[in-house]
Amino acid sequence: MAATAVQKPGKVRLRGIDWLQLGFGIFALLMTAAVMWAALVYARPASNLAGDEQLAQRIFYIHMGCNIGAFAGFLLSVVGSVVYLIKRDLDWDRVSQAAIEAGLIFGMGTVVTGMFWAKPTWNTYWTWDPRLTTSTITVLVYIAYLLFRNGIDNRRTRARFGSIYAVLAFLSVPLTFFSARLFRSIHPVVFGSENPDAQGSFAIGADTMQQTLIFTIVSFCVLFSVLVILRWRQLRMEDNLAELREELA
Amino acid sequence: MGEQLIAVDAVHKRFGRKRVLSGVQLTVEQGQVVALLGANGAGKSTLMRIISGLAKPDRGDVVLGGVSLRQAGHELRRYIGLVTHAPLLYDNLNALDNLHFFARLYDMQEPAARIEAVLQAVDLWPRRRDPVRTFSRGMIQRLAIARSILHDPPVLLLDEPDTGLDPASAEKLAALIRTFGAANRAILLTTHNLERARTWADSVAFLEDGKIVFNKPSAGLREADLRRLVLEPSLPA
Amino acid sequence: MNPVASQAANQAAVQTAIQEPDRKAEHLPPAPMPAVQMRTGGGFAAYMRKVWAVAAKDLRAELRGREVFSTMTVFSGLAVLIFGMAFDLRVPQAEMVVPGVLWVIILFAGVLGLNRSFGAEMDRATLPALLLAPVDRSAIYFGKVIANLLFTLGAAAVILVVMFFIFDTPLLQGWILLSTALGIVGFVAVGTIFAALTASVRARESLLPVLLLPVMVPVFMAGVACTAGILDGGGLEKIVTWLWVLVSFDVLFLLVAYLLFDLILEEV
Repeated sequence: MAATAVQKPGKVRLRGIDWLQLGFGIFALLMTAAVMWAALVYARPASNLAGDEQLAQRIFYIHMGCNIGAFAGFLLSVVGSVVYLIKRDLDWDRVSQAAIEAGLIFGMGTVVTGMFWAKPTWNTYWTWDPRLTTSTITVLVYIAYLLFRNGIDNRRTRARFGSIYAVLAFLSVPLTFFSARLFRSIHPVVFGSENPDAQGSFAIGADTMQQTLIFTIVSFCVLFSVLVILRWRQLRMEDNLAELREELA
Repeated sequence: MGEQLIAVDAVHKRFGRKRVLSGVQLTVEQGQVVALLGANGAGKSTLMRIISGLAKPDRGDVVLGGVSLRQAGHELRRYIGLVTHAPLLYDNLNALDNLHFFARLYDMQEPAARIEAVLQAVDLWPRRRDPVRTFSRGMIQRLAIARSILHDPPVLLLDEPDTGLDPASAEKLAALIRTFGAANRAILLTTHNLERARTWADSVAFLEDGKIVFNKPSAGLREADLRRLVLEPSLPA
Repeated sequence: MNPVASQAANQAAVQTAIQEPDRKAEHLPPAPMPAVQMRTGGGFAAYMRKVWAVAAKDLRAELRGREVFSTMTVFSGLAVLIFGMAFDLRVPQAEMVVPGVLWVIILFAGVLGLNRSFGAEMDRATLPALLLAPVDRSAIYFGKVIANLLFTLGAAAVILVVMFFIFDTPLLQGWILLSTALGIVGFVAVGTIFAALTASVRARESLLPVLLLPVMVPVFMAGVACTAGILDGGGLEKIVTWLWVLVSFDVLFLLVAYLLFDLILEEV
């Protein structure tokens, strides 16, 4: 045992990288607060909506931001998994796990904000709209990933099997989306072609709406990065700790 | 003696931070029987699994008959017969079905005569149509040995083959090992029975702290020497 | 090193070792044994022989042990009856729910079978025997897929027949049977690889459905849509897109499973 590594309890020394992490975290926090202000106050209301629907439309910014975070998480996880399977470096497995955990938070955010938006717009919390279905199924797929990892004791087997599952699970998501879309769709289409049947559609008209949307996307990306990096470092420490424990035992 | 059939070269293996093997060097030549001794948990089974290709070494390599395990395709597995603690048999199937299945996996031609011969050799021919789950521990062990020599492998790895065998069956096994060794094969076996290690093998190796710390021909060894080695491994042998 | 050259070299080495002259019969007890002749390499035909050997072994073990298929069929029959009773109380036309019920039962009965596929190998510690053989890992996968496919198709046949009587619905039509079979291929392709993943994991029996069912959503939706489309009196034109969904699911996952399966069994 290296005696120098032992620290007195209660006295934690932060290194430069820790301060950087803290600063980055505070920055993300401030940006998120700014997003709230922009979404609720700064952005003009959607011109073609009225009443509750108009008010509820403001949840769209958070909904979209969460969606971006979830997508980034699941995309990063498949990258981490593939690189792990090739290089067998546990750091990449930790990237995968951190990305999925962060992605899950945003994925659940997407589903919940979607449900609250759906109530005034579609008059129901739940509907089998393809995007809502796909988001929910995707969240379930990745909750299963965490449960699965939890059941494997050997660290390397956990990384290998988790990565294989993450690759297969990721492949199923577009197929799920396509199938759910074939079933039916009443989701508001914001970008691209207008769907006349979709209720609650609105156009990004005013400049303030566009600025708010871009700012939201950027700040959710920042928030996502902060969470992934923090979790990645934490997982790394956990693994080191587990190895040290094993060595002592 | 002949060519080296098993050459273990600087094999390292760790589970987490726990080092199991750290630089094992071991060779077994054609026609040679080597007994591997070591305490429980010394890494004997891990070494057997690595030589058979079931586990991968972290560093180092195993060369079987001049072919590196790292570079070989799956055809090299024909080279190897393995008996482990688990019998590697399907207990719902009978002895014949089990051996026929393995014969097909090894793509053997005309396996029936060979299967009869190995079953006769381990005295299980009369019970060939009984499901393995009705077998006693000793019978299962004998069938496992039959399975391991079915495809006539030049390299035979026996991880505690004598567990569960009565003295008569153990004698039979000793004869099998002698025949096999005499036929220019390489045999590596582990056992806890020092007397058997000395009498069955041409050479006795001792695995401790992840290394082979002792490797001598069994001809000059007395059982007392081995006993001292096992009980007080730190003393120079 | 060139892999082809190494393969050839290694085969040559094996051959010389196998054809080593035997000096036997010095010790009497074991009788002289017939020389072993093995085909090495052998290309696609040998690969298929080994695939079939694994499948046939599972089928034979089922014939002797009756662990998997009997459980699946009994469960299936029971599930049809329970759904029938449940809907008899509240649903005016039970035919309305038939497509969903059909696929729910297929998925759950299928999971029962998949759990045993590698679970039985794990419980009896026989997996190393398969890995020791000179067999490409993917041949083990495809052998297991074939066995699971036969079990699940058999169970589906039982489900369809029982539902035909209990729900009085014309389920036994060509397109319905085809879509069911295509869906089951995809289900088994993914299910077999997930069964291999969960085999060595704690609580594998409950974990497999949690992993498998969310990934099965496209198959479930396509299967339900095909069955419903045909029951509503449509023809091929009504379900052709869904059949393509099923075919692409099957091909995609069989291919990816083939590529990834090696990695699962690389160390056990």
